[in-house]
Amino acid sequence: MVDAVVGALVPHSVGTLWLIPALPLAGAAINLFFGNRLGKWAGVLGTATVFLSFVVSVAAVLNLLSYATESRLALQHLFDWISVGGFNVGADLRLDTLSATMILVVTGIGALIHLYSIGYMAEDPRRGRFFAYMNLFVFFMLMLVLGANYLVLYLGWEGVGLCSYLLIGFWFTVPGNAEAAKKAFITTRIGDTLMLIGLALLVFKFGTLDFEVIFGTAGSVLTKDVATVIALLLFAGAIGKSAQLPLQVWLPDAMAGPTPVSALIHAATMVTAGVYLVVRSHVLFEISGVALTVVLVVGVATALFAATCAIAQFDIKRVLAYSTISQLGYMFIAVGMRAYGVAMFFLVAHACYKALMFLGAGSVIHGMHDEQDMRQMGGLRRAMPWTFATFAIGGLAQAGVPPLAGFFAKDALLEVANHTGREVVFVLGTIAAFLTAFYIGRMICMTFLGRERSEAAEHAHESQLVMLVPLILLAVGVVVVGILQLNPDGAITQALEPVVGATALGAGLSVPALIGMAVAVALLSLAIAWWIYGSGRVDTVAFRARLEPMATAAQNGWYFDRAYDVVFVQPAKALARLTSDVFDALVIDGAVNGIAGLVKRSASGGKLIQTGFVRTYALVLFLGAVLVLGFIGVRG
Amino acid sequence: MPLDNVVFWVFAPIAVAAAIGMLVTRSVVYAALFLVVNFGCIAVMYLVLDAAFLFAVQIIVYAGAIMVLFLFVIMLLGVDRIDVRSERLWLQRPIAIVLAIGFVLEVGAAVRAGVGFATHAPVGFEALQPAGNTQAVAEVLFRDYFFPFEATSILLIVAAIAAMVLAQRKVRAITQAELGEELENEAADDVEPEIEVTP
Amino acid sequence: MRTPIAYFLLLGGILFSLGTVGVLVNRNALRIFMSVELMLNAVNLTLVSFARMHNDLGGQVLAFFSMVVAAAEVVVGLAIIVSIYRRRRTIDVDAAREMRW
Repeated sequence: MVDAVVGALVPHSVGTLWLIPALPLAGAAINLFFGNRLGKWAGVLGTATVFLSFVVSVAAVLNLLSYATESRLALQHLFDWISVGGFNVGADLRLDTLSATMILVVTGIGALIHLYSIGYMAEDPRRGRFFAYMNLFVFFMLMLVLGANYLVLYLGWEGVGLCSYLLIGFWFTVPGNAEAAKKAFITTRIGDTLMLIGLALLVFKFGTLDFEVIFGTAGSVLTKDVATVIALLLFAGAIGKSAQLPLQVWLPDAMAGPTPVSALIHAATMVTAGVYLVVRSHVLFEISGVALTVVLVVGVATALFAATCAIAQFDIKRVLAYSTISQLGYMFIAVGMRAYGVAMFFLVAHACYKALMFLGAGSVIHGMHDEQDMRQMGGLRRAMPWTFATFAIGGLAQAGVPPLAGFFAKDALLEVANHTGREVVFVLGTIAAFLTAFYIGRMICMTFLGRERSEAAEHAHESQLVMLVPLILLAVGVVVVGILQLNPDGAITQALEPVVGATALGAGLSVPALIGMAVAVALLSLAIAWWIYGSGRVDTVAFRARLEPMATAAQNGWYFDRAYDVVFVQPAKALARLTSDVFDALVIDGAVNGIAGLVKRSASGGKLIQTGFVRTYALVLFLGAVLVLGFIGVRG
Repeated sequence: MPLDNVVFWVFAPIAVAAAIGMLVTRSVVYAALFLVVNFGCIAVMYLVLDAAFLFAVQIIVYAGAIMVLFLFVIMLLGVDRIDVRSERLWLQRPIAIVLAIGFVLEVGAAVRAGVGFATHAPVGFEALQPAGNTQAVAEVLFRDYFFPFEATSILLIVAAIAAMVLAQRKVRAITQAELGEELENEAADDVEPEIEVTP
Repeated sequence: MRTPIAYFLLLGGILFSLGTVGVLVNRNALRIFMSVELMLNAVNLTLVSFARMHNDLGGQVLAFFSMVVAAAEVVVGLAIIVSIYRRRRTIDVDAAREMRW
C-alpha cells in the first residue's frame, strides 16, 4: 500500500498531493450539512479525515525524502485558476521540505487536537458545526502551506482568518465572544490588506505569483528598495497573523474560544503562518536586507514585551496566549538572523509543547468546571496527575530544559545570535528566556502545586481518556522532536537546507558554554518561580502589590488595547455615529422629508385655487381672455 | 347735422347708461327693466344700421318675450329682495372692473388697427336690398342658410320640451285630508320663504 | 351714414364689458343671466355693424340666428333656475361651493 501511494508521487506530474487538503475539506462539508444528525460521530469523522490526511502526508514526505537532496520537490497542478491577459495563476500545490514540515505539523497535531475535542466538546449541542469549522480550518491551513504560488497561499491565509473568526466566536451567545472574534478578524485584516498590496506589487514586478519564477528571478528583477517595500508589506501580513507588535492585541482576547481552538489555531498552526510566509519569501527579504533587520527588531521587541505581560496574568489561557506571542517573537528573531532552519525547528517544537500546554489547560479548566483563574486553583497535581505530568513536560520544554525540544531550539537561537556578533540580541534573548521560564514556573506552581485555594479545586477530577491520550502523545512528541535535533545541524534543519539555505556561523562563545548558560538561566528562573509561588513561603499578593503599578499594566498588555481604543475605535465609532445621527438623520432624511414637505406645502398652497366659487373661475377665465387678446394685439 | 349721427349720439349713451343702471341697481326687477331699455336702444341702433327686420325682431323677441319671461320668473320665485350677506370675494369687483376697462381698451386698439376710426360705412347697401330689408334677409336666410334655419327650429322644439320637463313638479292626486292640512298651514304661518343663509 | 362704423363696434365692446362685469360681480343667478343677455346683444350689434361695413347680409342673418338661440337658451336656463330654487331655496351662485379644497 505504501508503495502504491509512494509510487504515485512523482515530481511535476499528477500525484496524490491533492488528497491532503481534500480530506479535511470533505469532512468539513459533511459535518456542515449533516453534523447535527451525526451526533457524536461528527467528532469521529472530523478526527478521521485529519488523521487520514496525516497518513497521506507521511507517505508523501517519505516519498519526497527518497529523492536526492537537490531534487526534493513535487508539484501538482490542479486546474487553471485565473487566466487573464498575460496573468496566469494555477491552483498549484508544492511539496518541498519546508511545506513537508508544515503539513506534518498541521495534520499530526491537528489530528490529536481533533481527538481531544471529541471529549472536550462532548456536551455541546453544536459540535457538528464545531468539527466542520475545525476541518475547514485544517483545509485552509494546508492550502496555505502547500500553495505553489502566493495566491493559493493567500487563499489559505484568508481562509484561516475566517475559520479563526468562526471558531473564536463559537459560543457567540456569551457576551464578549463575538467581540473577540471581530477583534481578531479586523486586526489581522490590517495585516492582510498590506500583504495584498505586497502581492499586487509582486504581480506588477514579476507578472506572476509563482514561487519558482519569483524566487528564481528576484535577484535580477528587483532593486533593493522595491524588495524592501514588498518584503515589509508581506511582513505586515505576518505581523497580523502571528500577533506581533503592534498587532498583537487580538490573541489574548481570542482565548474566548474553546480551548482546542486555542491549541490548534492560536498555538500550533495559524499564528505560525506568518513565520512560514517569511521563511518561504526569504529570498526577497535577503535582497532587501533592511527588511530582515525590521523582522529582527520586531521579534525581539515582541518577545520581551509579551514575556512581561505573561508574568502578570491570572487567567491560565492568557498566560499561554502571551507566551505564544513571545515564542513567535523568538521565531522571528531567528528569521531575522537568517537562521531559517532554526526558526522552523523552533516552530515545530513550539507547536508540540504549546498545543500540549493548551490542551492541558483545557483539561484543567474542564476539571475545574470552567474556572480559568489560577488564583482559584492549586494542588491539582493530586487530583489530575496525568494532566500535571504532561503539562509539566510541555512547560519545561518551553522553559528550555534539556533534553526536551524547546531547549534545543532556544539554545540554537542564542548560539546563532552569539556567533553572528549580535550581542544585543543575545542579551535580550537571554533575558526573555529568563522571563519565559519564570512565567512557566509561576503557572505550573499556581495551578498544580501548593494547596487547593477554592472549592472547585478541591472537587477537581481528572479528564476522560479521549482527552488524555492526545496529551500523552504530544508529550512523547515533545521528547522525540528534541531528540531528532541534537544541535543546529540536526536532522530537521538539515532537511530544510535545500529550501532555506544553511546558516552561516562565525565565532563566539563555545557551544558548551552557551549550553551551560542557557540551562543555568532556565533552572535559576524556575527555582525563583518555585520559591515565590510554589513553596508557600512568600506572600504572593504582597509581592505583586510591591510591583504595582507595573504589574497591572503588564496584566493589561501595557494598555495597548486602551490606546487603540482611543486612537482608532472611538473615532471610528464617533464617525459612525456622526454619519448615522447627523448625516443620515439630518441630511439624507432631511432631504427626503424636505422634498416630501415641499410637495406637501406647495400642494397646500396650490389647492387654494380651488375655491369652489364659480365666480372666481369665471374671473380667471376672463383674465386669461384679456391677456391673450393683449398678447395678440401687441404682437400684431 | 346728419340724422343718423344725432340718433346714434342720443341713444348710445342711453344704452350705456341703462346697462350701468342694470348693474348698479339693488332691485332685480329694476335691473330687468333697465335691460329692456337697453334692448330698445340697441333696436334703434339696428335701425340706424339699415337692419329694419332685426329692429322689429329685437323688440318682439328680446324685449317682448325674453324679458317678460325673466320678469315672470322673478315674480314667481320672489327673489326681488336684497341679498344681505357680505361679499366674500372682496377682490372680485375691483379686478372685474379693471379687466373690463382693459378689455375695452383692447377692443379700441383692435378697432383702430383693423377698421380705423374714420371709416364710414360704404355706399351700396341699398342696392343689396331693392325690395326692402326683410325681403333681402329672407332671401339670404332661406336660400343660403336654409339648413341652419331648420336646425334652429329643431332646437326650439327641444328647448320647449326641455323646459317643460325641467320645470315639472311631481303631481299626484291630493287627498281631501292633505288639502285641508295644507290650507291650515298656509293660513297659520303666512311667511314668505327666506333667503337661505348657507355657510 | 355719417357715423363711422368704428363707433358702433366700440359701443358693442363697451356693452360687452359691462355685461362681463355683471356676470362676474353678481351673486343672483337671474342677474347673471341678464348680464349674459346683455353680452349677447352686444355681439349682435357688432355683427350687424360688420354686415353694414362689408355690405353682406350674412351678418344680419347670423344675428337673427343668435337671437333665436338666445331665446331658446333663456327658456331652458330659467327652467333650470326654477328647479334649483325649488331644491335649495336660494339662487345664490356662491351657495354651490362643494367642489372645493
